[in-house]
Amino acid sequence: MTSLTPRLTLPLSTKVQRNAFGKVVLNEARLTWRRPIALIAGVALPVMLTVLFGELPTFRQSPASFGGITIFDAYVPVLGVFSLALLALLGLPIPLASYRELGLLRRLSTTPVPPSWLLAAQGLVQLCVAVTGLAAILVLSIVAFGAPVPKSPGGLLVSVMLSIAGLFPIGLMIAAMSKTAGAASVIGRLAFFPLIFFAGLWLPRALMPPVLLDISNYSPLGPAVQAIQSSMLTGFPPVQPLLVLAGYAVVFGFLAKRFFRWE
Amino acid sequence: MGASGSAVEIAHLRKTYGALTAVDDVSFTVAEGEIFGILGPNGAGKTTTVECAVGLRTPDSGTIRLLGLDPQSDREQIHEIVGVQLQASAQPAKLRVREILDMYSSFYRQPADVGELTEALGLTSKLGDYYKSLSGGQRQRLSVALALIGRPKIAVLDEMTTGLDPQARRDAWDLIEGIRERGVTILLVTHFMEEAERLCDRVALIDNGRIVALDSPAGLAAQARGGKTVRFQPSSQFDERLLTDLPEVTGVEHDGQHVVVTGTGELVNAVILALAAAGLTARDIQLDSSNLEDAFVRLTGRSAPEGTSRKEGALT
Repeated sequence: MTSLTPRLTLPLSTKVQRNAFGKVVLNEARLTWRRPIALIAGVALPVMLTVLFGELPTFRQSPASFGGITIFDAYVPVLGVFSLALLALLGLPIPLASYRELGLLRRLSTTPVPPSWLLAAQGLVQLCVAVTGLAAILVLSIVAFGAPVPKSPGGLLVSVMLSIAGLFPIGLMIAAMSKTAGAASVIGRLAFFPLIFFAGLWLPRALMPPVLLDISNYSPLGPAVQAIQSSMLTGFPPVQPLLVLAGYAVVFGFLAKRFFRWE
Repeated sequence: MGASGSAVEIAHLRKTYGALTAVDDVSFTVAEGEIFGILGPNGAGKTTTVECAVGLRTPDSGTIRLLGLDPQSDREQIHEIVGVQLQASAQPAKLRVREILDMYSSFYRQPADVGELTEALGLTSKLGDYYKSLSGGQRQRLSVALALIGRPKIAVLDEMTTGLDPQARRDAWDLIEGIRERGVTILLVTHFMEEAERLCDRVALIDNGRIVALDSPAGLAAQARGGKTVRFQPSSQFDERLLTDLPEVTGVEHDGQHVVVTGTGELVNAVILALAAAGLTARDIQLDSSNLEDAFVRLTGRSAPEGTSRKEGALT
């Protein structure tokens, strides 16, 4: 029906194009700062939870089932994934759906800049917020609440990057399905609560019965927690959670590209 | 560049949405520097026509050339030379006017000067304001500024004065005339008769996806009613040749006590002077000047969608 074919490439070959992409990113950053949903969800909220959990006396215990670490230590990766999930499921799709609602993506289609740049810029800004949130949680946990220094920093980096690669396309798919920003917000929240349960926010993965743990291992947030936790406590993460995250990246990346509407 | 000075050439354009034929065999050409109006009721196919022209939609058939370029295959070049103002397109609430203009200006190789453009559009005092705080008229002017910021050779303006108050609309008209003086060809979509009459060199009247008439606004009006009509009651009988000899007069009819003269140009003056020269006076003079609105009603067979009616201009 429409000829608005998604051009997800970034032809940043000329100076004009690089400059233009920079301006798009700058305006996205300004919007993220001025309407700080992403900053609250991705940084402020998980940092507050980190402080709260760190201050709870029961979280300083290390039950036998936790394998020698405190309950708080077990929650650090969950809080990191909590931040990533909020950014992926709400922070990314809500502005993108609102841009479609405003007719901005269509408007950009009539300029030399393809509307896909707006997606890329928004993704980049959300990535920066995610990295800030994760760094804040990690530093705070180690410095203020005695969490262990990550065993495998390289493994942590790979785990975080694959988690983002697996989760952000789910947000793009939500943006693809939502006609309005309001709809994106509803779908994002509906997806968030069951997913964050399987990440172990209410029931830590260490205490999950086998059935729930199996579901968790294949739900998008479970392998993210698993990989980040392994990198922090034992070393480079096992292959399985990384492969599951890569699978989510490929499947939802394809679906989002297939179903995303520019108007 | 377009052959023979044509900025826009559209031939046999057709676009359907399922069973609905939105545009059916539309053809027209627009000369460089011309203001070309596309006029018609809502749902007539005006917007679909220009959306095909700027490459936002793929036509089912027909050819479109903008300065010789195909909007589908020469997309990149088209985007550089065509500035578009879309119907119902907004900006994020929390961006400032300057930030929006800076970003759009960075998209183009040779953008217009932001300061000059905002000065011309009366937006200079609003540069630091958030988009959400702008009035409807200011948003519309910003939208026009964004259409012009790439120094386009062709500007496509879709319903740019819809929703504006009468003063803002007149300001927008002055603005469009100013754009034309820069040598920009303008494709203007509107459903306001008065707007098309005031601005356009030529107008295509579209109804149900087809062009029902294409002419200058005055030409369309003349097509509809054969020019102006003066109706009066003479003080006494006179020889009709007194009036039919006048170059302005095309016809004389009698209607009871009244005489109805049709013609063009300064018809009223010519008639009154001729009567006075023969020692006659005219009472109860009425001038009926048909306009684009009459053309619309006559050619589409329905009442005009909107616009001010100023058909009757009673003299004396």
